[in-house]
Amino acid sequence: MSQIQEVEASINELKHLFSPAAMTGETMVLNLGPQHPSTHGVLRLMLELDGEEVVTCVPDIGFLHTGIEKNMEYKSYLKALVMTDRMDYLNNMGNNLTYCLAVEKLCDISVPERATTLRIICAELQRIASHLIWLGTSGIDLNASSMLMYCVRERERILDLFELISGQRMMTSYIRPGGVWRDVQKEFISGVEDFLAYFPDKVADYERLLTNNPIFIGRTMDIAVIEPEKALEYGMSGSSLRGSGVNYDVRRAMPYCGYETYDFEVPVETGGDVYARYQVRIAEFYESMKIIRQAVDRLKKQNGPVTSEDRKFSPPPRSELHTSMESLIHHFKLWTEGFSAPDAEVYAATESPRGELGCYLVGDGGPKPRRVHFRTPSFLNLQALPYLSEGYLVADLIAAIGSIDIVLGDIDR
Amino acid sequence: MGLEQKAGDLGVVTARLEDVVNWGRTSAMWPMLFGLACCAIEMIATQSSNYDASRFGMELMRPSPRQSDLMIVAGRVTRKMAPVVRRLYDQMPEPKWVIAMGDCASCSGVFNNYALVQGVDEIVPVDVYIAGCPPRPEALLNGFMTLHEKVKKEKLATWS
Ligand code: SF4
Repeated sequence: MSQIQEVEASINELKHLFSPAAMTGETMVLNLGPQHPSTHGVLRLMLELDGEEVVTCVPDIGFLHTGIEKNMEYKSYLKALVMTDRMDYLNNMGNNLTYCLAVEKLCDISVPERATTLRIICAELQRIASHLIWLGTSGIDLNASSMLMYCVRERERILDLFELISGQRMMTSYIRPGGVWRDVQKEFISGVEDFLAYFPDKVADYERLLTNNPIFIGRTMDIAVIEPEKALEYGMSGSSLRGSGVNYDVRRAMPYCGYETYDFEVPVETGGDVYARYQVRIAEFYESMKIIRQAVDRLKKQNGPVTSEDRKFSPPPRSELHTSMESLIHHFKLWTEGFSAPDAEVYAATESPRGELGCYLVGDGGPKPRRVHFRTPSFLNLQALPYLSEGYLVADLIAAIGSIDIVLGDIDR
Repeated sequence: MGLEQKAGDLGVVTARLEDVVNWGRTSAMWPMLFGLACCAIEMIATQSSNYDASRFGMELMRPSPRQSDLMIVAGRVTRKMAPVVRRLYDQMPEPKWVIAMGDCASCSGVFNNYALVQGVDEIVPVDVYIAGCPPRPEALLNGFMTLHEKVKKEKLATWS
């Protein structure tokens, strides 16, 4: 008896989300997730179906809410950095970068040139790695299972490079306020060059497998279309927005790390469907490689420090600790209390593989932030999912989820 | 090939039932296709080309708990997700095993806060814990082997 009452109560709670037809049994309400192989994590969707057609789609998020923003308020600026890695776990370097840019803006720290170049190389390698996972997993969703095997093989090479410079494959925490953790070995540079020589062929392979594949085109062309005005209204950004023909890229609109001095294109497609978003991301592979190539050339010519010399913010090298009293004091101060930031607020944004990733940071004059908030692209892109899927089939909904490239860690934090 | 040549025309092989059943259980242990957070990405890497979990009879990840023997809790378990994880565990048929992959699943790792269950062992029994944030694919493979060793030692009396 009590169970029936419970069910009734939950039905009454959710009734307003669906059309009246769902209550009479004319349409069916189906629960998808949070454990479902195609939702790219722990996303739950409540679907109202008329036959196989999606009438309403209600996303339910929060299954991965980790309280990262709150945790960061209780850590010094340096220690809070490790939290950012774990937010959008396919874009670890990019999260580090966004947070560091915000801290640097707040405290007015200047970053050496070599560090900036290294940051760009890392961020672009990360973009390639993230797009590879997107291509692999959304390939699986569309029954192109071999894509994942190929994509992960290439991604491992990038992870090896990250491990070389930071000691960790994924949670690198390599980019730090004031620069990067430490200088790279020469093997890293030759490794990146090897990768650049090896990777274009592989992208061509992917394209041979998918771009003109009639099954793939059938599953993606004219599916989950969104017009540019609608996409902007929903606050979409990144490749998903550029697939609708809006030329907006933070690297161009609000350049950071000197992206304005690099020569690259922003790929834009006008289809607005799943296929267009696929084309944009494939083109971004080539553009990222172009940027890395230029950055490596610059890196070879640049010498000098990779982290700020301002000892109030960046720790001294270990070798100095035994000989210099000042270094010892700075080291002790930075690792116990941390540096203080002014009572002010800043916003810094970068182009993550998913779109505009912003960090809103408020200092309170002390060594811990008063508020850290991330404007995460997946959260806003997900909002468009009901619009993208309504009126299409359930199978198309799966393609639509893949095409907006959401990461649940990025949505829930 | 091999077996026929070695066994000749013996026709009969004797073994302890425990050994045979446990050998069978370890040779085709199907994990559930179920990822929670960052660790799931390393789990995907373990399953894919470079590390290839099929060497352990584990390439077949089942999306349904009804068809799986092993639950790899790959990532952080939030309070909102905990009932779901428990229900998935309950839906798995016996015998079943659980691996807590990563620091978050073992003890909630770097997040000691209101949102997370402090270790998945609060809601399901765990057989193997794997340290690391995230554990490398090699560490996960090592976890598989540790679990296999544990299963091979199981006695008739402990089978359920
Ligand atoms: S242990 Fe680390 S990598 Fe794994 S889910 Fe937790 S934060 Fe992510």
